[in-house]
Amino acid sequence: MTCLLVVNLLMTTLTNIQDALTAERPSATADPVASGAASTTVITASGGWQLINVRELWQFRELIYFLVWRDVKVRYKQTVLGAAWAILQPAMMMIVFTIFFSSLAHVPAGDLPYPVFVYAGLLPWTFFANAVSSAGNSVVGSERLISKVYFPRLAVPLAAVGAAVVDFIIAFGLLLVLMLAYGILPGPELLLVPVFFGVILLVAQGVGTLLAALNVAYRDFRYVLPFLIQLWMFATPTVYMQLPEEPTGLAQAALACNPLLALIAAFRAAVLGGPIPWGACAIATVVALGMLFFGCLYFRKVEDSFADII
Amino acid sequence: MLPAVRVEHLGKRYQVGRARGVCTYHTLREQLTGALTRVLRRSRSVAPPEEFWALKDISFDVQPGSVVGIVGPNGAGKSTLLKILSRITRPTTGKVTIAGRVGSLLEVGTGFHPELTGRENIYLNGAILGMTRREIARRFDEIVAFAEVERFLDTPVKRYSSGMYVRLAFAVAAHMEPEVLLVDEVLAVGDAAFQKKCLRRMKDVGQQGRTVLFVSHNMAAVLGLCQRAFLIGQGGVRQEGPAAEVVEAYVRTLASPAGGRIDLRCHPSRAAGAVPLLKELRLRNSRGVATDTYCCGEPLTIELDFQSIRPLDNPHFGIGFDDNMGQRVFSVATYLSPGELPPLHSPRTVRCRIAELSLAPGTYTLSLSAGSASHYLMDNLPNAVALEVTATDFYGNGRLPTADLGQVLVRSRWEVTEEAPREDYEARGRSSSDVVGL
Repeated sequence: MTCLLVVNLLMTTLTNIQDALTAERPSATADPVASGAASTTVITASGGWQLINVRELWQFRELIYFLVWRDVKVRYKQTVLGAAWAILQPAMMMIVFTIFFSSLAHVPAGDLPYPVFVYAGLLPWTFFANAVSSAGNSVVGSERLISKVYFPRLAVPLAAVGAAVVDFIIAFGLLLVLMLAYGILPGPELLLVPVFFGVILLVAQGVGTLLAALNVAYRDFRYVLPFLIQLWMFATPTVYMQLPEEPTGLAQAALACNPLLALIAAFRAAVLGGPIPWGACAIATVVALGMLFFGCLYFRKVEDSFADII
Repeated sequence: MLPAVRVEHLGKRYQVGRARGVCTYHTLREQLTGALTRVLRRSRSVAPPEEFWALKDISFDVQPGSVVGIVGPNGAGKSTLLKILSRITRPTTGKVTIAGRVGSLLEVGTGFHPELTGRENIYLNGAILGMTRREIARRFDEIVAFAEVERFLDTPVKRYSSGMYVRLAFAVAAHMEPEVLLVDEVLAVGDAAFQKKCLRRMKDVGQQGRTVLFVSHNMAAVLGLCQRAFLIGQGGVRQEGPAAEVVEAYVRTLASPAGGRIDLRCHPSRAAGAVPLLKELRLRNSRGVATDTYCCGEPLTIELDFQSIRPLDNPHFGIGFDDNMGQRVFSVATYLSPGELPPLHSPRTVRCRIAELSLAPGTYTLSLSAGSASHYLMDNLPNAVALEVTATDFYGNGRLPTADLGQVLVRSRWEVTEEAPREDYEARGRSSSDVVGL
């Protein structure tokens, strides 16, 4: 019940933000003839590698909003537990990890209670995994849409990641509850959480967008995806254990390859307190931006052929 | 005035076969093995992918505020053209310039989600079609009223009847307000009453000064909606002009080479025990061309090739016209006409001329019979051949005949006279039969 309330609250907030956005520029819709005269569409043969058309994405922001809204709404329709599933998924993982790593393997978690420690890592990881897998399948899943209507194709993976954000926000509530239950009070670093989450989001968007585009031409990626995500989880020890105290040469190489390592550690440190690995985070941010750039660039290069080969 | 849509030298090439195909996606393995073969065999032996131009060097202008029909046979490139104009796929060559907001309706209910309610789907579908939330909210009541689904707004559409689903989907699309509207074959949805409503709606859109490009196989709809039309065939524009002319030209091309020419010697519909007297049937239009497609009111000549082992002294032929429900609409026969045919002793062609095919648009099947005065049905072929009747301006006033007016078209003339005393009217009625005539 409370989860549904949270979802509703989120929805109203999103709606309000949307209202504010549309209210800002009334001229855009008030006079269709005037705006229409200005909007001349020129269609020519493909232009090759293009950068992201931010202006067009902005024009279609309502579509992105509705796609996110649809994904969130549809996901928990006709389920008994509804949006509680957004919490249950990382919560169950937490229980499993607590049993295996803490009780059986005695993995150290510093001076933190292991469930809180592992949940704070699983939370951003679950977001990342969900975002990448739903974004990766998003374009292929929107086949009908893509072959029948025009809109900036980037809206599809963007909306898929957006829907994962909503789940993340719901599941974040449980983290706060857990912390209160174990008597851990968040410090001022909590304000940094949106920053680290933002960088994780960039990585997810970059990887998800790239996989979405690859999946259209090569359906192999549909099978690669779950495997890739599982592999990535094992390559991100922060999800289930402490980072090594002194990063060695090998660890640093891993860091460059896997920005999530530093980002999840930083996320946890921001929530639960602890040293934030600033240097590693800076590298991860650069890698994240690179991934996003490359993902979007490739997507834009092949998006014209989507309708023909999907 | 600047055209609303300007198409210049537009071309779209698809590669069919082994490489990047129209509708085939390939796996990484195919691509890798393909690359490997190319390296091993040094590209010479690898066949180049077959090319296919769906559209080639198409150019035309559409003036703002005009409703233009695009007609042509299947595979002519109509849908590819609309897909390029609506930016779903890019052209290979050429350029399109469209002034104003473009709305495209290539399918009704794109993006409808079965789990969402009618209300939710209106917003989602509206956003997909490019409407802002504000626009949808403003027109929400209109959309609901048009779709006639008021009572089921909060029911998931997966529980809708297919009619309700389609009505709702069309209703959302019908309330788009772009300057240029591209419509593919989407009006053929719902029941007859709803189709009529859709056509009226499309007409209104045209009258609001919007530019509409309309692709359809329904010639009556094209004639009813459009002032001008393009005939597209083999990837290019074949004809351009007033809708009536273009539709007529298209209907003429529709007749396949075999159309209107049927070999009856071993025809499957020949009744058991019938003597094969009829060898071939030809349906010829006013210009003597064999075709199975006619316009309302067009003359029709039916030719039957006759051959018999024994001579027939008193031959008789009959042809019955049935509608698609199997109901006999009318019959023509030698025994239903004045005069008699001469005795037939050798192979001959028998010709039946129908001055005016006054039938409503639709498909009709012809049943044939041949025999003698004592036995009309020596040869008998029920439902031997189909004949298509398409709508034209039969009444001479721009109104197209439709099936719901009845299957037989009759022209009438109306006039008003001074009110006359009763007995006087009766007397005049006898003498001047031309008051209501023709």
